[in-house]
Amino acid sequence: MSFYIISLIKIAIVFGVFMTTLAYLQWVERKVLAHIQSRTGPLRVGPHGLMQPMADVFKLLTKEDLLPPYVNRFFYLLAPFIAVSLALISISIIPFGPEVNIFGYHTFMQISDVNVGILFILAIGAVSVYGVALAGWSSNNKYSLLGGLRSSAQMISYELPFTLVIVSPLLLANHLSFRGIADAQAGYYLGFIPRWNIFQMPFPQIFAFIIFMIAGFAETNRVPFDLPEAENELVAGFHTEYSSMKFACFFMSEYANMITITCVATLLFLGAWHPLFPAPYSNWIAPLVFVVAALLCFSAAVQGARKRDRTTFPIFGLGFLVLAVVFAFPLFWQVTVPIFWFCAKVGFLLFTYIWVRGTLPRFRYDQLMHFAWTFLFPCALINLLLTAFCVAIF
Amino acid sequence: MDTVLFIIFAVVAIVCAFNLVLQKHPISSALSLIGVMGSLAVLYLLLGAEFIAMAQMIVYGGAVMVLFIFVIMLLNAGTEKPSSKSWFAQFAGLPLLLAFIAILGFLIRAALPEMRVVQFGSWVGGTAEHIGQLLFTQYLLPFEVISILILIAILGAVVLARKEID
Repeated sequence: MSFYIISLIKIAIVFGVFMTTLAYLQWVERKVLAHIQSRTGPLRVGPHGLMQPMADVFKLLTKEDLLPPYVNRFFYLLAPFIAVSLALISISIIPFGPEVNIFGYHTFMQISDVNVGILFILAIGAVSVYGVALAGWSSNNKYSLLGGLRSSAQMISYELPFTLVIVSPLLLANHLSFRGIADAQAGYYLGFIPRWNIFQMPFPQIFAFIIFMIAGFAETNRVPFDLPEAENELVAGFHTEYSSMKFACFFMSEYANMITITCVATLLFLGAWHPLFPAPYSNWIAPLVFVVAALLCFSAAVQGARKRDRTTFPIFGLGFLVLAVVFAFPLFWQVTVPIFWFCAKVGFLLFTYIWVRGTLPRFRYDQLMHFAWTFLFPCALINLLLTAFCVAIF
Repeated sequence: MDTVLFIIFAVVAIVCAFNLVLQKHPISSALSLIGVMGSLAVLYLLLGAEFIAMAQMIVYGGAVMVLFIFVIMLLNAGTEKPSSKSWFAQFAGLPLLLAFIAILGFLIRAALPEMRVVQFGSWVGGTAEHIGQLLFTQYLLPFEVISILILIAILGAVVLARKEID
C-alpha cells in the first residue's frame, strides 16, 4: 500500500514542478532573448513580469475556441491531444537523484525505474511525430500541410544521428536504464576529474554530446531548425489553424520536449546528479551560489534603475538567502545536493537552447537535410565505431 | 491487474484491426494500424518482453508507420471509392475466409501439440541482455545474414533513387 501512496506523492511533486517549469521556461526565454537583443522583455504583469505566465495561461484558457469548418474534425482535435500527452509522458522515467531514505523508507527520486528507459524515450520520440503530422494534414491548409511534411521529414532524418549517438554512452555504461547509466558515471579520476561521460576517454565523448545536442535541437523543432514553423514562409506552420487551448497544447509540448531532451542529455553525458567536485566541496556549492545570488540582488537594489526595484530586489535577495540556509543543512543533503546539481545542469542546457535561439539564424530547408545526411550522420557513425572499438579493446 | 490490462489491449488491438479494414480513408486506416502496433507492444510488455515491446514501438509504431503517413500526406490521397465487386468475391468471399481460418487453426493445433497456459510475468528472458546474448551466440548466422540483406536493400534504394535524379 505504501508503494502506491509514495508513488502518488512523487507523481504530484514531479507534475507540479514540471508544469511550473514549463510555464516559467517561457518567461525565462522571453527575458533572455530580450536581454540578448537589448530589450527588457515582459515587465508589466507583476514585478519583472513574473506573473506573465499566469496571464498567458488565463488568456489562452478564456480565448474563443475556434473550429474551422473545412478541417477534418476528428484528426484536427486528436492531434494536439497526441502531441501534449506524449510530450508529458517521458518525464515519468527520468531519475532526479539517487536512492533516498526518508523516515526509514527507501525510495528512488524517480516516478518509475524502467529497465529499458532510453528505448522508452526513443519510442515516445518516434511516435510523437504523429501529433505534428496529423495537425498539418487535418487542418486542410497548404501552409499547415507543408509544415507538417517538413516536420516529419526532419524528425525522421535527425532521429538517425540522434539514435546512433545515444549508443556510445550506453556502450560505456553497459546499461539501458537511466539509473544504471547515471550510477556508472559516479566517482572521480585522480580524485578530481568527474567520471561523466563527456570526460570519458575513448575519443572524448564531448563530440558525441555536441552531435546529440544538435540532433536534439532538430528533434524539438527549435531554432536554427524550426523550419516547420518558419513564420516568413509558412505563417505558423502546422499549428496555423489552431487557437486557444489547442494551440497551447502544441506550445506546451514543444517546451516539454525541450525539458525532456535536456534531462536525457544530462543523464547520458553530464553525469546526471553527480557533482562536478568531490564530496565535501560539492555540498557547499549550492549555498555559495545562492548567497552570491542574494548579494547580487542586494547590490542591484541599491542602484535600482526603477523605483520599484528598491522593494522587489531585496525580497528576491531574502528568498535566495532562505534557499541558501535550506541547502546548507547537512540533514537535507541526501536530497538537496543531487537535486541542485541535476537542476543546475538541466538549467544550463536550457539556457543554451535559448542562447542559440537568440544568436543563430534559421537554416534553409535543403541545407537542413544536407547537414543531417552528409555531415551529422557520418559523424555519428564514426563516433560510434571509435567508441565501440575503444570499449572492446580497453 | 495483468489480466485486466491484457483484455483491454487485446480488445483495442482487435477493434483497431477491424477499423483498419473498414475505414474508407487511408489516413484513418494507417492510424488504426498504429493502434494495433501500440496495443501489440503493450501485450509484449505484459508477457515480459520489454525489449521487443520497445523495438515494436520504435520500428513499427514509429519509423515504418511515419513513412506510410508521410506518403499518404504527400500524395494527398483522398477517400477511396468502393469498386464494384466481382461475382466471385461476392459469393465465395465469406466461405473462403472461414475455410482459411479453419485450416490455419488446424495447422496451429497440429504444429503445437502441447500448449501451455501463458502466465503473465513468469518469463524473464526478454531483457536486452538476454536478447543480445542470444543474437550473438545462438542466432549469429541469421543475424548477420539479415544485416547483409538490409545493406543490400539500402544500396538498391540508393541506386533506384539515383536513376530517378539523372
